[in-house]
Amino acid sequence: MKKECIYTLKNQYRDDLNIYGYRFGKGEKAACVVGAIRGNEVQQLYICSQLVKSLKRLEEKGAIVGQNEILVIPSVNHSSMNISKRFWATDNTDINRMFPGYDAGETTQRIAAGLFKAIEGYSYGIQFPSFYLPGDFVPHVRMMETGFQSPSLANLFGMPYVVIRKPKPIDTTTLNYNWQIWNTNAFSLYTSATDTIDEPSARQAVASVLRFLTRMGILRYTSHSGYLASVLQEEDLTNVRTEHSGIYRRLVGPGEEVHREQILALVMDPLEGEVLGKILAPTDGIIFFAHKAPLVMEGTIVFKIIRRLHE
Amino acid sequence: MIKEVVSVGLAVDERLRVRKNVLTPQFMTGKEKRICIVTGTHGDELEGQYVCYEINRIIRENPDFLKGIVEIYPALNPLGVDSISRGIPMFDLDMNRIFPGDENGAVAEHVAARIINDIKDADLCIDIHASNIFLREIPQARINVNTAERLLPFARRLNLDFVWVHAAATVLESTLAHSLNSIGVPTVVVEMGVGMRITEEFCHQLTDGIFCVMKDMGVWTGPVITPKEPIISQDGEVGFVNAEAPGIFVPCVEHWRNVAQGERIGRILNSLDGQILQDVRAPIHGMVFTLREYPVVSCGSLIARVLGGDFQ
Repeated sequence: MKKECIYTLKNQYRDDLNIYGYRFGKGEKAACVVGAIRGNEVQQLYICSQLVKSLKRLEEKGAIVGQNEILVIPSVNHSSMNISKRFWATDNTDINRMFPGYDAGETTQRIAAGLFKAIEGYSYGIQFPSFYLPGDFVPHVRMMETGFQSPSLANLFGMPYVVIRKPKPIDTTTLNYNWQIWNTNAFSLYTSATDTIDEPSARQAVASVLRFLTRMGILRYTSHSGYLASVLQEEDLTNVRTEHSGIYRRLVGPGEEVHREQILALVMDPLEGEVLGKILAPTDGIIFFAHKAPLVMEGTIVFKIIRRLHE
Repeated sequence: MIKEVVSVGLAVDERLRVRKNVLTPQFMTGKEKRICIVTGTHGDELEGQYVCYEINRIIRENPDFLKGIVEIYPALNPLGVDSISRGIPMFDLDMNRIFPGDENGAVAEHVAARIINDIKDADLCIDIHASNIFLREIPQARINVNTAERLLPFARRLNLDFVWVHAAATVLESTLAHSLNSIGVPTVVVEMGVGMRITEEFCHQLTDGIFCVMKDMGVWTGPVITPKEPIISQDGEVGFVNAEAPGIFVPCVEHWRNVAQGERIGRILNSLDGQILQDVRAPIHGMVFTLREYPVVSCGSLIARVLGGDFQ
């Protein structure tokens, strides 16, 4: 394992931001893993730190195959993480909306450019991001439909689901999108948490990356085969929204099978405690996404359901 | 008449309400032109608040001059304006990157879709922005090169100092202006002043220009000024100055001032040891139309934009 600083942003009032990369093996740029780009992506940081620990031990045992190099960057934005901010500490911009970056541009464009320079050219790019809607997901691999995406490769992670998203204009500045445009097979891995640590899904994520690297001939590692993933189009998920606002009590969670008309959650009057509304399943299926916060606004998407799928 | 464009229930005893004031002539013919003045997409940009007030005031004091429909939307992001938040509180994405929205999407996307639906069929929309808290801008219109032919006749009449015709970018396809232009509502984006402040002089300047355009459209018959002829420029004529060291930026030039190539614009200082960290100099000969307002800078922070040429 070789630890190196791949990008430094000098600061005046606090320590410099040093972005570290951990290299394993030598030779062809085989795979690159990027962890927390936002300051609240603690689960993503944790997963990458565990991955670094695992790869270090595997490398010591000679488990990296031939001329393959793996780069892991656990944290990009600890300047924000250290002060509990999700976006960039000074101007609140999102580094994951700045790719491919610009090295003579503004601060987060420079960080994105510095990072992208270090991580482009790899055959496989794996990112642990978080979603713009707060809540819990079933662990899955997400890909942008750029015309370069490969769901069959995504299946090799052995995660339960692969989701294909049609990019919107705002997605064209994300790391996943730009990796694909610059000829890296890019995958975003979502686990069940962001600003807390969920140990089971973190372990699943580490195992799925090691499984993928093994199946791509980069690593020698014996693991469970994982899932044969169900491939979904994001627009095919059924959104369930709440008509009422108030205190939100969730009755089912991600991964659970539900049946049409089943009560999924309750919304209660925040002052008087009475139940204002019951949120019912509009279809049989599996809960893919579930709102987590204890309060809801009217119209909030509280669940996304994979229609007519059973456990 | 105050109307509600969209409203969403918040968790505890409150609703998010986007409202507009619809000002109509006393006698309607059914053929009136309709202009929409929108602002407050970014909650920290307040210059448009005073413009909205002034347009309301002038029309209220001179109702006989009004021959068309004027709709004033002072706060597309009312929770942001109230809470000094640039974005929509509790929502990750910049509101001006989610248009045209989605009726069935997240709450913010639903709000965006309702706003578009409300403005559609207008004859003109003016979308007023105020930079951000970091930069001060001279009054200017920003126009995508693909819409320049259609929008320049309006932008020239808005009494602005400058019209910047910029290149198209995919990510900008999700702005309010792009979405409205795409459905046939000519929409001009105005940038002026600085975030979290009101620059009265700029607000009066733009207000005068909006009345000129309203008169051109037959919406207003009252007296108006002769608008100033703006400088019109393309991307290639603009030089950018970014901080190359973190510290405190102290300018030594003002807006609207010609600078020679290599002339000092300001300095970046180290308050801990008294050193000058960067002597910030103009990249080209021209006029400073964007200037850093907030003193603390990081590496890369935008310091100034200079429009090439001689504008004395």
